[in-house]
Amino acid sequence: MTNKTRYQLQNVQKRQNANFALHIHRLDVQQGDVLALLGPTGAGKSTLLRLLAGLEPPTAGDIQFDDAPLLAAEMTLATRRRITMVHQRPLLLGGAVRTNVEYGLRLRGGQNRTQKVDAALDQLGLTPIAAQAAQTLSGGQTQLVAMARALVLEPEVLLLDEPTAHLDPAHVALAEKAIRQICQTRQTTIVWATHNLFQARRVANRTCLLLNGLLVEAAPTEAFFTNPAEPRTADFVQGRMVY
Amino acid sequence: MTPFSAADFWSILRLSLWISGTAVLISSLVGIPCGVWLGMSRRRGKRLLAAVVHTGMALPPVVVGLVLYLLLSRSGPLAFLDSLFTAQAMIAAQTVLALPFVVGITMSAVAAAPAELPLQLRSLGASDWQCRWTILREARHGVLLAVAAAFGRSISEVGAVLIVGGNIQGHTRVLTTAVVLETGKGNFEFALALGGALLLLALLVNLFIVGFSGGRPPA
Repeated sequence: MTNKTRYQLQNVQKRQNANFALHIHRLDVQQGDVLALLGPTGAGKSTLLRLLAGLEPPTAGDIQFDDAPLLAAEMTLATRRRITMVHQRPLLLGGAVRTNVEYGLRLRGGQNRTQKVDAALDQLGLTPIAAQAAQTLSGGQTQLVAMARALVLEPEVLLLDEPTAHLDPAHVALAEKAIRQICQTRQTTIVWATHNLFQARRVANRTCLLLNGLLVEAAPTEAFFTNPAEPRTADFVQGRMVY
Repeated sequence: MTPFSAADFWSILRLSLWISGTAVLISSLVGIPCGVWLGMSRRRGKRLLAAVVHTGMALPPVVVGLVLYLLLSRSGPLAFLDSLFTAQAMIAAQTVLALPFVVGITMSAVAAAPAELPLQLRSLGASDWQCRWTILREARHGVLLAVAAAFGRSISEVGAVLIVGGNIQGHTRVLTTAVVLETGKGNFEFALALGGALLLLALLVNLFIVGFSGGRPPA
C-alpha cells in the first residue's frame, strides 16, 4: 500500500528574529512516517514543528497538508484537531492528572472518554498518579501526562518536541512503545524532535538534520546514520561536529 | 434619642446586601469578560487601557457620587430616570466604583497565565472560545479575588451612596450611612454594632468565596 503525502514543504522560510531564520528548501512527510528531527539547540526544530502544527504561519513558502495549503490564520477547527503537538515545556492545567489527560476529549465532546483515558494512563504508567494534582508533578511526570493527553486524542499527526527529555530509561521505553503502537494501529504521522541519536535510530523510519535553520539532509534512517549524503550529517552522527 | 429597633437593623442589613450584591453582580457580568479580553489581548493600546482601568480603582467615591448626582438631578441629562435618592442610584454608584476592581484584577489574573498556554491549548484542539474559557478557569482564584475586592469596595462605600441615596430610613439607609448617622447622633453603641455587622458580612462573603474556590483562598 502506498501512503499518501501528508506534508509537502517548499521553500519554507520563517524569520524569528534578526539572527535566526528557518529555511526548508523541500521536505515531504508521508502518512505513517515517523520522522526524527535532529539538530543542536536553536537549529529550528521547534519552529518547524510549530509551522507543521499551523500554530504559526511561515514568512514565505508553501506548506501543503493533505494536498491543500496549510494556512495558519484560516485553518479550520476540524483540520486543527487532526494535528496534535506535545510541546517542549508542556503546561498542565489545574486539577488532577486524569482531568488533564481528558481535556482534549472533553473539548471534542466524544464518547467512551473514561475508557480512553484509562487506556492512555495505563499505557504510560500513569494510573497510580491519576488522581494526583497535576501541578505537583515532576518534570518527567509532566512530560508523560502531556504525552498521554496527546495520545488519547488519536490524532492523524502527532508532533513531538523532545517529549522524553526528562524521562528515565524505563519511561522512555514506555513512551516509545506507545508511539510505535499508535503509529502501527492508526497510521499516525509522527514528527519527533530529539537530541538523542539512538532514539532517532530506534523509532524513526526517516531522519533529518537541521543546522542553523537549514535542512541539511532528510533520508531514510538507516541511510542517514550509515551512509549520509552530506559531510555535515556524517560529522553530526559520528560526534565530530562541535556546534 | 430614637431607639434603634431590630426591625430597623434587619431592614438596613437586607438593603445593604441587596444594593452591594446587585452592584457586584452587574460589575462581574460586565467586568469579567472585559478583564479576560484585556488580559489575553496583545493589541496596541492595551497598556493605555490597563492604566485607565487601574486609575478607575482610585476613583474617589464622593466624586462618583457628585457626578451621578448631577446626572440624575432634575436639571441633569438623566433626570427622566427619576432615580435620585433611590436604591437604583446607589447600585449605579457602587457599580461604577466596583467595576474597575473586577476588570483590573481579572485582567492581571488572566495575564499571569503563561504566554504559551493559549498555543498549547490550541494544539490540543481548543477553539478560541474554549481557549478563553480554559484560561478563565485557570485564573479563577484571581477572578474570585476580583469579586471579593469588588464586594469589599461596594459594601464599605459611604461617600457616593450618601450623596445619591440620601440616607432615607427604610429606603436608602445602608450599613455605612447608618454608622455615619448614628455616630453623628452620639449613638456609639449602635454605630459600633452596625460596624461589627458590616465586618461580619464581609467575612461571611469572603468565606463563601473561599469555599467556592475549593477551599483555597483567592490569591
